[in-house]
This record gives sequence, C-alpha cells and structure tokens, in this order.
Amino acid sequence: MRKIIIALLLVLIAVGFTQCEQNNDSPTPLQGNVKITFKNTVKGSPLVLNTGSYTNANGQAYTVSKLKYYISNVYVTNIDKSSAEGESYHLIDEGNAVSKSFSFAANVEQYSHLNFTIGVDSLRNVSGAQAGALDPLNDMFWTWNSGYIMAKLEGNSPASTQVNNKLQYHIGGFSGADNVVKKISFTLPITAQMLNVSPNKTSEIFIDADIDKWFSNNVNFATEAAIMTPGPLSNKIATNYMNMFTVTQVVNN
Amino acid sequence: MKIKITISLLFFVVLSILLLEACKKTDANTFKPTYLTFTVPNGWPQPAKNIFVTNPLTEEGFQLGRKLFYDGKLSKDGNFACASCHQQFAAFATFDHDFSHGFNNSFTTRNAPATFNLAWMPLLHWDGGINNIEVQPLAPLTAPNEMGETLENVLTKLRNDAAYPELFRKAFGNSDINSQKMLKAIAQFVGSMVSSNSKYDKVQRGETTFTPAEQSGYTFFKTNCESCHKEPLFTDNSFRNNGLAVNSFLNDFGRLAITHLPSDSLKFKVPTLRNVELTFPYMHDGRIYALRSVLDHYSSGIITTQPTLDPLLTNRIAMTTNDKNNMIAFLRTLTDTAFTKNVRFSQP
Repeated sequence: MRKIIIALLLVLIAVGFTQCEQNNDSPTPLQGNVKITFKNTVKGSPLVLNTGSYTNANGQAYTVSKLKYYISNVYVTNIDKSSAEGESYHLIDEGNAVSKSFSFAANVEQYSHLNFTIGVDSLRNVSGAQAGALDPLNDMFWTWNSGYIMAKLEGNSPASTQVNNKLQYHIGGFSGADNVVKKISFTLPITAQMLNVSPNKTSEIFIDADIDKWFSNNVNFATEAAIMTPGPLSNKIATNYMNMFTVTQVVNN
Repeated sequence: MKIKITISLLFFVVLSILLLEACKKTDANTFKPTYLTFTVPNGWPQPAKNIFVTNPLTEEGFQLGRKLFYDGKLSKDGNFACASCHQQFAAFATFDHDFSHGFNNSFTTRNAPATFNLAWMPLLHWDGGINNIEVQPLAPLTAPNEMGETLENVLTKLRNDAAYPELFRKAFGNSDINSQKMLKAIAQFVGSMVSSNSKYDKVQRGETTFTPAEQSGYTFFKTNCESCHKEPLFTDNSFRNNGLAVNSFLNDFGRLAITHLPSDSLKFKVPTLRNVELTFPYMHDGRIYALRSVLDHYSSGIITTQPTLDPLLTNRIAMTTNDKNNMIAFLRTLTDTAFTKNVRFSQP
C-alpha cells in the first residue's frame, strides 16, 4: 500500500511539474551543468581589497579597493558542438563572494573550449532599462553618456597625482574605435582534462584573473591614474585586462 | 489504515493543487492592463525605433510614469520632480530660465530641452549622450546639480510609499519595484508626449490658412532654415555648430565630450522649433532670450571663424527686418496649446 501511495505521489509531482513546461516536440538532449569560478589574484596571490599592497611593472605601489567586471555570453564548444548559457550577464565583484561563480546547463558532451565576453555587447548598451546584473543600480552604467562600464577598478597609489592619490579605472565604450568589448576563448584541456559534462552532474572550471595585468604595457600611475570615459585609454586598459585570465583547473564530475 | 490512506490522498490533492497554482505566474489572472496604441500623426515619418516594442504602452504604465514624473520623491530633498524643470506650460522646457535649478541651490549647465516628440529622437540631450529614452532619467536623477539622488534611495522611497507598490502591480503585474520598471513607466509617459496640433499642423491638414505674414515667414523658413529644422519634426536630429561664442565659464564643447572627435567640437543637437515661442530662452545654454535675437544671431551674430561651423552657415543667413517679422509670425504658428494644455500630461 505504501508503495502505491509513494508511486501516486511521484506521479502527481511529475504531473504537477510538467504543467509548468512548455510543449516541446523535440526531445531535450541530456544535460549536466558547468560551473565557472573566478579567483582574482595579483601575480599568483589572492587579491586582498584595501590592505593588499602591490607594485606594477613601473615599480609604482598600489592598492585595490574595488574590482568589478562583466563576464557575458558564456559558452563551451568542441569541434562541432556548442552549449551556451544563452544571453547571460554576470557581474564579477571582488567584494561579493557569491558573484564570483555561476553555473549553467550544458548538453552532455566533451568540450575543448571555453568562450566568453568581457563586458556587455553593444546591443545591450543601447536597449534601454535592463535588470539583473545589468541593472544600473550596480553602479556600472554611465548616466551621462549611455553605456556600460565593462570593468571597474578603484584604489590608490602614491604615484597618482589625482585627489587623495586615487586610482580610478572605469573602462567602457561599445562602438567604433572606442569598442572595448573583448571576446576570449580558452583551449582545454588543462592538466590533461577536457571538460566532460555528465548527465545531472556539475563539472567545474576554475579561472584566475591576475589584476596586475591591467597595468601591463607600461601603465603609468603618474599620468594614467583616472580613466572614466570611452576612448584610447579605456582601450589600452581593456586590451591589457583581456589577458588577465588563466584557466587553472578543470574538474569533471 | 483507511484513515491513513484518506489523509494521504487528501495530502496528494492539496499538493497537486499547490503545484498547479505554483505554475501560474504571479497575478497572471488579475494582470490585465489596458494596452494603448501609439499613433503616428498623418504625414509624419515612422519613429526611428519603436520605443514601445520592448516596453508595451499601457494606460497603467502611462499613469504610473505620469505620477513619477511629477513626484519630488525622485529627488534628494523632495523638491525636484522631473516636472520642476520640464513644465507643461513651457512645452516641458523650463519657462524663462537659461539654466534650471537643482538640488542645494545649484544650477544646471545647459538649458532644459523641451520633452515632446521624443519617440522620433534617436539620441537625447544637447550632446546626444543618451542613446535610449528609458535610461535618460538616470542622468538628471543622479546629477548632483539636478535631482541629486541615488537610484537606490529612490527605489527605497517608492517601495515604502503607500501608493506605489499597487501602481507598479497594475502596470507590470506584480508589486516588486525595481529600476527597470520605474524607468519603463517614465518612458511610457514621456514617450507618449506628441505635439502635432499647432496652427502649422492645421494648415498642413487644410483646416485653416496662414496669414500673409505667416505664409511669407514659412516661405523664408523653407528656403533658409528647413535643411536643419526639417519638417514635420522641425529638427533633423543632427549635431551642428551654429557659431556661438564659447562661454568661457562653462567651456562646453557639446558633442566633443561624447565622441572625443575634434570634428564634433562645439556641436549641439539641432532643437525642434515646435512650441519655440514657449521654450525661451534659446540655445544650449539659454543665452538668447527673444526669438528676434535668435534671428539676429543667424543674420549677423554667427562667428564664422570656428573650424567646425556648420557649412550651411558660413555666410550667415541674410534677413531683412521684414523677413524677421514674418519669421516670428511663422514660428508662432508652431505653438501647440492643445499639447501644453492636454490634461493627460498634466500633474495628476
């Protein structure tokens, strides 16, 4: 009797849930999950906001008080297949641990590449009021020159001649020569591991972001301490930070 | 045993009802907004992009936007609603002010533009810095010399208000308040403002005729002004340098600040001439108070040495006193009191 009751319960639950689903004639392929975790570092050590003291290639000391950047349109691929998160926008915020990882459903498959965009694609920059990670409440939207700040780093350096020795990099721009939207692709395997997505399991990719890379190509805090508009300087920093990411580990489950 | 089964069955029934209920989107049954149609006046071009495609225009959304537009709560100290600088009787510009007043006795640095026919404007603000009507309110709302508030505070005030949660529910289906809904509601209200019922429009529709002076002014306008102030919107939405001296206090170089292109230096948006009689003072910094003085600028005031001066103005515009009189008569036919007195756009 109890078995019948349990069976009935399961059927009812199943019926209940399928009511929510849209009619879909094509069978859904088996899916698992991909979880991506970002770790912000400086030359190999974990970034410590406010108190961590670092030195750029010019020998100029700096601290970081705020670090946020958009990761969007994430997808994994192999030679002929791809699984995308769909239209996805993530604001990685060093001050918010939860923001530094996210997962999405992917078809069961072995994948050789991870791809994503650093920033927010041009369409979303001109599409009016957005929600979620793109909510202007996140302080990543320029109100006087519509468009997203793709990445933001604030801190201090004794070398900076700005007020209170501030460093303030608000990097954005989405059109023409000012476009700083960067697409990058990583070849897996890492440590002999391709990404294997198994049914109903979560495989993980770990990424380090070396913040010191923002200041490669001779960024000088004495003259380039504040960037708050699209333009050549924004472009210079974005071209720098697109090289900050390294896939450090793939964990298949 | 029987009782157990009955209880279990009862539990299943309740559970399944709950599950089915859970499938329904919040308020799906009660959310039935009144959809409105945005009408393009006869003979007008279609808007460059339909601002209501991703923001369906409803009576409830419009009315919410209207309340927000007139509500001082959106500003830091409660004194500066959108409507404090955009006054209906001035066709939603600031009447008789070169610069508008903002938070803490501050001034804006540009003349408040009239807000109507924005559905046809691809870029907003004198420098075109705003690329979508929905995000425009973020600029005045957060500017320290305008409404001086943070988005976070505004949302908190709206959430704690007695009326707003229900108004958001009526407009968007649930009472959660976020920036997206607030901005979309304001866009529904402001985007609906259409001024198309001036004497000029009535003449175009054959309902009335110009006086001889108005007609002469119109003829002069067609020859000398229309290439920038293009009918029927009376702007071509371009950015041009019309030869004003740089105000050394403001050092405002217009569109240069947005594009960083030297060729955009001193270029400002060509404003519409509709309701121009009501939107004085004129120019991006409100430096000219009278229509006649504007015409004087074009006939004899243009600084012709600026490298980015609009090529159409290199020889200024030759005008006799009589031409100016006629032009003023014509420009006054662009006043649309049906719009400036339309109660749908007035303070709720």
